[in-house]
Amino acid sequence: MLDTALFYIFAALTLGGGVLTITRRSAVHSAIWLITSLLGVAGLYLLQRAEFLAGVQVILYVGGIMVLFLFVIMLVNLDQAAKEKRFSGQKWIALACVAAVALQALWFVSKGAGRFTLGQPSIAGENLGNSEHVSRVLFSQYLLPFELASILLLVAIIGAVVMAKKRI
Amino acid sequence: MTFALSFYTLAVVKALVLLGILLITLVYIQWVERKLIAHIQGRWGPNRVGPHGLLQPIADSLKLLTKEDLTPPHVHKLIFVMAPFLAVSLALISIAVIPFGGEVEVFGVRTTLQLTDLNIGLLFIFAVTSLGVYGIALGGWASNNKYSLFGALRSSAQMLSYELSLSLGVVGVLLLSGSLSLRRIVDSQAGYYFGFLPRWNVFHGPLPQLVGFLVYLTAAFAETNRVPFDLPEAETELVAGFHTEYSSMKFALFFMAEYANMITVACLATVLFFGGWHAPLPESWGIQYAPLVVGALVAGLLLYHSQGAFAGKQRRSMQVFGVVAALIGAAFLLQPVRVLFSPLFWFAAKSGFFLFLYIWVRGTLPRFRYDQLMGFGWKVLFPVGVANVLVTALMVALFG
Repeated sequence: MLDTALFYIFAALTLGGGVLTITRRSAVHSAIWLITSLLGVAGLYLLQRAEFLAGVQVILYVGGIMVLFLFVIMLVNLDQAAKEKRFSGQKWIALACVAAVALQALWFVSKGAGRFTLGQPSIAGENLGNSEHVSRVLFSQYLLPFELASILLLVAIIGAVVMAKKRI
Repeated sequence: MTFALSFYTLAVVKALVLLGILLITLVYIQWVERKLIAHIQGRWGPNRVGPHGLLQPIADSLKLLTKEDLTPPHVHKLIFVMAPFLAVSLALISIAVIPFGGEVEVFGVRTTLQLTDLNIGLLFIFAVTSLGVYGIALGGWASNNKYSLFGALRSSAQMLSYELSLSLGVVGVLLLSGSLSLRRIVDSQAGYYFGFLPRWNVFHGPLPQLVGFLVYLTAAFAETNRVPFDLPEAETELVAGFHTEYSSMKFALFFMAEYANMITVACLATVLFFGGWHAPLPESWGIQYAPLVVGALVAGLLLYHSQGAFAGKQRRSMQVFGVVAALIGAAFLLQPVRVLFSPLFWFAAKSGFFLFLYIWVRGTLPRFRYDQLMGFGWKVLFPVGVANVLVTALMVALFG
């Protein structure tokens, strides 16, 4: 009962935050709503007993990346951008895309109901915490993708440094 | 049902006790700071309100409460009001997962001296402190003032850079103890090497975390915006930085947040690196009588000095405090008091030392220049932190 109530609260935070992110005129307000949305996602992780994921979500996205966003927003001059027309003329194409995706999702749910299982929250009673579970899977089953992702990030960092500095 | 009820009652009682202690510490750490800084600089410090200025913090609080709460016309109202509350509530929340002692029995109720033991306790603290920057950043932005904005910008850049080093300094401890739960981290530091060297993480094999501790401590100074890293509020360049436009209680909230963060960071240093509530020597060396000795020493010192050049009120208050210290020391002769308060004594002593270190450094070091701050964070602290993690991981893999 409490879980259900919390789920709807967090879901509302996530979706409402997302909608407000793209409709606010001030970039800082958008950023604040995006933070709300990300916190909602962290709450959903907590409901699934993925404490580690929730913690990392808050530390990385809310405490790290969004601070950088705010930082950049405060540095650049956004007065001009605020005066411009916000939504370009592609409204109908966007609506068509959304409708297509919604239909797909509906079809998927109606056809596939009962055929696929949702991910289960980590087993309670087992003596391992959530962090241990995540690390065990991450460093055995998904080791290759994990390392590839880290190389990708390294490439991105080096690229950023090369672009930012003419002479190193 | 009765269990659930007693659980909630217990939680509320513990939270209230903790909050009370925290707020009193918050108020009086400022008195201690002003006194210490004054003595470092050859001044007297506050000495007008009450004996030795002891009532000064209360007078200050009243002053801040009753001052006019000014909201400048050009600010973004909602965010301007929200920011200080955000800062202070986040700063106070993180104390909830700090373990102050082991399991105790008070009036027949068994409980741990900790509000809640999360299995991701350390991540929780980092998450909450990483959110703390929003109080400063949004407050500075909402003030709509170029100095405030610069304070906010500096603070976000500084916190982002130093948070990395802060986490890296702690990773070594995690490798040694293998848990994110603060209680388990403290438990893993129980016991002694060779019968006298405590197994605290700064001495813990296979690799003592001394380097990790120094990285953590330096980054913590920057995270809490303290001298020598208090660039966000550098008076000489930025008026008062992000809180230029704040007055009255809202200003006091920012102030409280800073000191609450200091306390959290000091407690965390104790928990992670200095064995939490464990005594520095085994009981066979008679360390359980240390509080007694400290009480007697403080009492002797106060009574001796009360014979000096102090007049009237000052002299009497020193005598009173001397007797109180003697009584507190004598209380440790009683077995139940000793069992309950010895862990708290050690925890308070270690955390108190780190708080003293903060003040000491403030009285000693000048402020960094901004490019020095960034250069130091990224070119010195970060590589050292990474190297410490790598070496610790190797040692744990080989000998752990």
